[in-house]
Amino acid sequence: MEPRPSIRLSGVTKRFGDLVALDAVDLDVASGEIFGILGRSGAGKSTLLRTVNLLTRPDTGTVEVDGAELTALHGRALRASRAKTAMIFQHFNLLSNRNAASNVGLPLRFRGTPRAARRERALELLDLVGLSDKAKAYPGQLSGGQRQRLAIARALAADPAVLLSDEATSALDTDTTDEILDLLARLNRELGLTILLITHELEVITRICHRAAVMEAGRFVETGPVHELLADPGSRLGGQARRLAARLLGEEIAHSAAPIVPTGGEER
Amino acid sequence: MNNRLVELLTEAFWETLHIVAVAGAWTLLGGLLLGTILYITSKTGPKPIALVNAPLGLIVNIGRSAPFVLLMVAVVPLTRLITGTSIGTEAAIVPLTVASIPFFARLVEGALLEVQPGLVEAARSMGASTPALVWRVVLPEATPGLIRGFTVTLVAVVSYSAMAGIVGGGGLGDLAYRYGYQRFQTEYMIWPLVILVVLVQLFQILGDRCARTLDRR
Repeated sequence: MEPRPSIRLSGVTKRFGDLVALDAVDLDVASGEIFGILGRSGAGKSTLLRTVNLLTRPDTGTVEVDGAELTALHGRALRASRAKTAMIFQHFNLLSNRNAASNVGLPLRFRGTPRAARRERALELLDLVGLSDKAKAYPGQLSGGQRQRLAIARALAADPAVLLSDEATSALDTDTTDEILDLLARLNRELGLTILLITHELEVITRICHRAAVMEAGRFVETGPVHELLADPGSRLGGQARRLAARLLGEEIAHSAAPIVPTGGEER
Repeated sequence: MNNRLVELLTEAFWETLHIVAVAGAWTLLGGLLLGTILYITSKTGPKPIALVNAPLGLIVNIGRSAPFVLLMVAVVPLTRLITGTSIGTEAAIVPLTVASIPFFARLVEGALLEVQPGLVEAARSMGASTPALVWRVVLPEATPGLIRGFTVTLVAVVSYSAMAGIVGGGGLGDLAYRYGYQRFQTEYMIWPLVILVVLVQLFQILGDRCARTLDRR
């Protein structure tokens, strides 16, 4: 059975003055899928991600999450719908004057959850992301990787169906990037969390994404399962992977016939 | 130091403290409220409303540009309305408060605008309404900056309170001016000054310490 789409964008267009940031974008992300959008800065991926929780309202087109049409909602109903979509950011966006447990409880505070229940949930989630000993630490006392773990725990607090990741590993070093990507892949497997991520790093796509799209000038120029795109030297993703491999390993591999195999995406 | 001087100094000290405490409390309330509204409605704030922001900004700027001596006279009708009189310590508090609210409001607005826009976006993504976002995220994050701003304001209130003497408000500044300056009694000028310096130092040290303790960045 085809899983029902968790996120569906139809004909989403957004202009900022003369600039067309999103040009009639269609996107279906299946429930339980990790979908990656690769693009350079200015390609429109950040705007696209923000249309999914309607932080940016599209000029035309519809956005559906978990069967509900968000573009039809306003005010209080729209805010309530954001329990389904959580977001993590490149610069973490944690409250620096609140400790880790209090940061994780923040989304629940906005829903009026009592303190004891917030605290219980916070400790549970800190444990899930491997920060159980840091409940009382302030973000300023944590490393970059720990801060992003904390932000992920916070994102999960209100039991979202979808996690939106905005360049979540772009401020981190390679090892820490791997650690965060492993965590996202694990949450996807264990909780069935649907993840839509945007990145400018090819490795993020090849390491954890099941399907991917390449974005340029407000449009998807190619979309497909990551392993298929990588196997096709004619695709942008495949081409980029070969160029990267050539840069790292020397020219000969770029001309080799062997397909490049993704490290994480093939499990599906 | 003779007994007369000690007596005058003690009385003036309590007057100054009284003026600063009452004017400071109202300024804290009024400035926080006004500054928060300015922040929320500003062009880069969470809910830009030019129709609210522009007139409020104008009022704040008028309040900040009027010389305090003139303001004190200009608000006499308001002072009468609130305190029933236009002279004395209580009467000095009204113009002081009127002058320092806009001053502090601008500092509040500045401190709130310093909060990373990313935090506002994160709170929005969690479904926060504008009041919840301001109350739960922006104000707590800005607390160290707010305390620093209030310290600066309080010191300004102490220095303005010296002018309260014009309406018979009393206080250390008034004592130094009337007894020390106008009557050439150097001792009467030096001692109030020393106490004022110590008072300001104390406010600054306390304010800095509070801000530092609460700042976890």
